[in-house]
Amino acid sequence: MAFFLETLFGGLMAGMLYALVALGFVLIFKASGVFNFAQGAMVLFAALAMARFSEWIPAWTGIESRWFANLAAFLIAGAIMFVVAWVIERLVLRHLVNQEGATLLMATLGITYFLEGVGQTLFGSSIYKIDIGMPKDPVIVLEGAFQGGILINKEDLYAAIIAAALVALLSVFFQKTGTGRALRAVADDHQAAQSIGISLGRIWVIVWCVAGVVALVAGMIWGSKLGVQFSLATVALRALPVVILGGLTSVPGAIIGGLIIGVGEKLSEVYIGPLVGGGIEIWFAYVLALGFLLVRPQGLFGEKIIDRV
Amino acid sequence: MLYRENGQFKTSYRADQQIFPIRQDRLFMVLLLVVAFVVVPGLASDYLFRAILIPFLIMSLAALGVNILVGYCGQISLGSGAFMAVGAYGAFNFFVRVPGMPLIPALILGGLCATAFGILFGLPSLRVKGLYLAVATLAAQFFSDWMFLRIKWLTNDSPSGSVGVSGLQVFGLPIESAVSRYWFCLAILVVIALLAKNLVRSAIGREWMAIRDMDVAAAVIGIRPMYAKLSAFAVSSFIVGVAGALWAFVYLGTWEPAAFSVDLSFRLLFMVIIGGLGSIMGAFFGAAFIVVLPIALSQLLPAVAGLFGVSISTATLSHAELMIFGALIVWFLVVEPHGLARLWSTAKQKLRLWPFPH
Repeated sequence: MAFFLETLFGGLMAGMLYALVALGFVLIFKASGVFNFAQGAMVLFAALAMARFSEWIPAWTGIESRWFANLAAFLIAGAIMFVVAWVIERLVLRHLVNQEGATLLMATLGITYFLEGVGQTLFGSSIYKIDIGMPKDPVIVLEGAFQGGILINKEDLYAAIIAAALVALLSVFFQKTGTGRALRAVADDHQAAQSIGISLGRIWVIVWCVAGVVALVAGMIWGSKLGVQFSLATVALRALPVVILGGLTSVPGAIIGGLIIGVGEKLSEVYIGPLVGGGIEIWFAYVLALGFLLVRPQGLFGEKIIDRV
Repeated sequence: MLYRENGQFKTSYRADQQIFPIRQDRLFMVLLLVVAFVVVPGLASDYLFRAILIPFLIMSLAALGVNILVGYCGQISLGSGAFMAVGAYGAFNFFVRVPGMPLIPALILGGLCATAFGILFGLPSLRVKGLYLAVATLAAQFFSDWMFLRIKWLTNDSPSGSVGVSGLQVFGLPIESAVSRYWFCLAILVVIALLAKNLVRSAIGREWMAIRDMDVAAAVIGIRPMYAKLSAFAVSSFIVGVAGALWAFVYLGTWEPAAFSVDLSFRLLFMVIIGGLGSIMGAFFGAAFIVVLPIALSQLLPAVAGLFGVSISTATLSHAELMIFGALIVWFLVVEPHGLARLWSTAKQKLRLWPFPH
């Protein structure tokens, strides 16, 4: 039982991170109808920028404080993501307005390749570390209830708290600010939003910026856990089933989907994996999502798609 | 002037429905085939065969298969690499386990394995479409990656999933030299391309295109979406599976599951986009482009950098390749969404009116 709960918690923590990447997908899809395959490349790019600047800044300024270096690196990486968002809107999206979803998907595939290339050219392609001072030691809880207690990684706990804070921040942004309302208006109906004077181009830049910041936070957490390297870009591939499960247009869907996929992956690996040779984590999430699609094609919280001739 | 159809009258439906109704096109195709079968083997070097021509032929075949699914039927697939893998390992199993199995039936059986796999993973297309389907087909990719790495039976109990074949022969003729491999691939490609061209001109092909353009409307006028979509998945994955088997048997010789990774799926999709969605000709253009581009860049970039006195490391080269790749994809989508095939037909249109612009 204790082992089961440990696995469950591990899954929930991993799921929180998946949810964070999935959130990037959902934000962009909601506001612009673009399925942003480049989210993984954006995570890699942001994490690379942050890792490198946190190394460079102490070397340039001579200030040894880790907090200062990390904060400055975070701000610079955030600024770079803003520039990336603006450039993408200018050079790609603007020219592909009113194209089919499939075309836009392929365009983001192109952006993926481009960002991976640029990121590694600018920042190098070795393994870098981001050290934001998260404690690595595990804690043992509920010792009274189970023999030996339940082992929880403190790092995971902090990561989950940061992710939850970001989600809370985003929902405040969407619900309470004027820009957030404009974003929701665009998500509901492009034309209606345009007709009351909301500029679509501006909204898209903002959404890609927000997605860039989400990617930065996701990259920061993943990077401090596992180091920043090329494989970070494949995080997106692991977060795709999350979006499918939760529905492409739903922020709560991304979070709940992330938790379900995280838990499902870990439990299946531990309990089903040994029966079939192990390593089933990746496809299990996809097959889970696939099975779910057959029952409910729009995902858990997605909007029902109505086709008209 | 050269390309004029004046005076070429059709007096029967048969004549009107030829694949190439214009005489110049027919002549051009005959000439092209003669060049491909006779002239090229006389001129090309061993390096050219192994590095460019054979990969180009096999990738054209795979792109043809993907184009049927993505370009003609509108079902985006990111799992083509998986279908190639199933074709390769399926053919391998028949080839190794059945004593005295000839090569061509093994390839066809490999293709049939891919067909079964394709239909299985095509089933979600009946419920979901577009972006959801693209993600769903990724399941096929990851499942096959895992399957050939972990299920030992499929790889003849090799520990890392790495297998190989040797001693290939067709009708008693060995397929060992580069030229014989080239001829073999070319022959298969020509046969399948002809079949595919005729298939997309037939009733089935028109059903696929109707589904692609608007599936609800197609269903209203009496096209069965299930039949049309699954047949597209079946035909496409058969062709892709045969291409996968060829890639493994003829090009690689010894291969492992990583040879058919998700990266290959993306590359196949790019071939189709750059070549032209919904065009048989486009598959050839796209494959040529994607096969030649990395080789050309690896030759060209160091030379260009050398002019400025900079030397380029292999890492920088591969990053530059990624960037140029990505930029080209976006550029094609923005400037010419119909790909190189559209440029080709524009050129033909211009030739028809030459020397007058109207």
